[in-house]
Amino acid sequence: MTKLLRPLLVLFVLLLAAPAVQAQFYQTPGPNSPTSKDEVQLYQTPDGKLSGRVSIPDAKLGVLVQPEGREWREFRMVWLKIIAGALILGPIAVLAIFYLIRGTIRIQGGRSGRPVPRFSGMDRFAHWTTAVSFLLMALTGLILTFGRMLLIPLIGHPNFTMLAEASKYMHNFFSVPFVLGLVLIFVLWVRDNIPEKADLVWLKTLGGVLSKSGEHPEAGRFNAGQKGVFWAVVFGGFALSLTGFLLMMPFAVTGIGGMQILHVAHGVVAALMIALIIGHIYIGTIGMEGAFDAMGSGVVDENWAKDHHRRWYEEQLRNGRANEDERLRHRAAE
Amino acid sequence: MARMKFLCDAERCIECNACVTACKNEHDIPWGINRRRVITLKDGVPGERSISMACMHCNDPPCAAVCPVDCFYQTADGVVLHSKDLCIGCGYCFYACPFGAPQYPQATNFGGRGKMDKCTFCTGGPEADNTMEEYQKYGTNRLAEGKLPLCAEMCSTRALMAGDGDVLADIYKERTVRRGYGSGAWGWSTAYGQNDRGDAFGPGREGTGGS
Repeated sequence: MTKLLRPLLVLFVLLLAAPAVQAQFYQTPGPNSPTSKDEVQLYQTPDGKLSGRVSIPDAKLGVLVQPEGREWREFRMVWLKIIAGALILGPIAVLAIFYLIRGTIRIQGGRSGRPVPRFSGMDRFAHWTTAVSFLLMALTGLILTFGRMLLIPLIGHPNFTMLAEASKYMHNFFSVPFVLGLVLIFVLWVRDNIPEKADLVWLKTLGGVLSKSGEHPEAGRFNAGQKGVFWAVVFGGFALSLTGFLLMMPFAVTGIGGMQILHVAHGVVAALMIALIIGHIYIGTIGMEGAFDAMGSGVVDENWAKDHHRRWYEEQLRNGRANEDERLRHRAAE
Repeated sequence: MARMKFLCDAERCIECNACVTACKNEHDIPWGINRRRVITLKDGVPGERSISMACMHCNDPPCAAVCPVDCFYQTADGVVLHSKDLCIGCGYCFYACPFGAPQYPQATNFGGRGKMDKCTFCTGGPEADNTMEEYQKYGTNRLAEGKLPLCAEMCSTRALMAGDGDVLADIYKERTVRRGYGSGAWGWSTAYGQNDRGDAFGPGREGTGGS
C-alpha cells in the first residue's frame, strides 16, 4: 500500500510546488522595473562620458562610451570643411574682384632706381623659413582635410595613402622650422610693431587703399596693416604650434576630450591663418608694385618707401642708410 | 543575411578578463594593443558592474566617416573592417569612436603611431581568407571557418555574446523577462540606433550595415 502511495504523494507535492517554482523561474517585475523602452539601459543614448576602471595599464581605455565623438565627427566632416573652404575661397574671390577693380597699386611717379635697404639677410631668413614651412603645412593639412573628397576620386586609394602619409610626416616635421622662424620674427620685429597713434589714422583710411588720388597715411617701418599681420602671425602661430605639438603627443597631456578640442582649435586657427596669408601674399606680390622687393632682394625703391613708409624712409635718410650707400646702388643696378 | 553584433550582459560579467586574454592569444596581438577590454563601473561601491568592450561594428561607423584615407569597409554581415595597407595612423578614428576601439602599436614617435588595429569580429581583413598575410595583419578569420568570435565563444558566464543581432536580442529578451528587469547592457543604441537601413557599404560608398 505504502509502495503505491509514495509516488502519488510525490506527484501531489510536485503539483503543489509547481506555481512556486514557476514564480522563481519567471520573476514578477519589482517596483524599480522599467515600464517603457526608454527606461531600459540597452536602448538609452548616453548623454555624457561613461568611464570606469580597467585593469590594463592604459587609463584612456577606461572610457566606456564617449558620445562627444559624434560632435567631433560633425566638426571634422561638416564644419571644418565649410569653415576652411569659405576662408580659402572667400578671400581669393574678394581679392580677384578687388584686383579687377583696383588693379596693381602702382608706385607714385614710378621707380626712382634709387635703392633703400629694408630687410637684412637675417630678416629675410626668418620670414622665408616661416613662410615656406607655413605654406607646406597648410598644403599638407588641406590634403588630409579635403583629400578624401577631392583627390581619392582622381588618383585612387593606394596613391592617396602614399600622399597622405608623406603629408602627415611633412606636416609634423616642418613644425620645427616654423617655430624657429616664428621666434626669430618675434625677436627681430616686435620693436617696430608696437601699436601707436598713427595706426588709428591708417586704419580709418584703410591705408589709403580706397583713395583714387593715391594718398597714403604716414607710417613707420610697419604700417597698421602689417602690424596686424605681425600680431596675428605671432598669436596664431603660437596657438598652432601649441595645439600642434600637443596633437603630436597624443594623450600625453589631455584625455580624449582634450584631444578633440585641440584638433578643433588647430583646424579653425589654421583656416583663419590661411585666409590671412592669402591676403598677405596678394599685397606682397601682384597687389602692389615694388612690395615684393622688400622680402625678395631686401632692398626697396626710394619712391616706394616714400609712398608707403614715409616716416621710416625719413629715419633711414637721417641715419644715412638711404641714398648714400654706393654699394647697395651697385647691387640694385645689377 | 545575418547582422553581426556584440552584446555584453553586465548582469553576468564577472570581470575575469578571459575574453581579453583569448583575443590576445588568438590573434597574436602585440603588447600595448587591446582589441578588447573589461571596464568596471562604480568599482567597489554598490551597483558595481563590469562590461567587456571592443569594436561594436556600428551601422554608421564614425571611424569610417572621419578616416582621411577612406580605409574602412563593412562586410555583408555588418562587420566593420579596415585596410592596414591604406591606414596612415593619424588617430582620427580614435577621436570619433564612441567606444575607444581603435588601437595603435606605437604611443608616439613624432606623430607616427603605426597602423591602426582593432577588433575584426574574428573576420580578418581585405586579404584572401585564412592566408598567412591576413593572419599577420589582422589575426585569424574564424568567421570564414564558420565559427563565431572567440571572446564570446569562451565566455564562461555567457555574458558576452556575438552573432546575429536578432538572435542576441531574443536571448537577451528572454533573460530580462526571467530576471524581471532589463538594464545591464550598454552601447546598442549608440552602435546600431541610427540608420539601421539594411544595406552594406564598401570603400567609396556611404551606407550602413545590414540589419
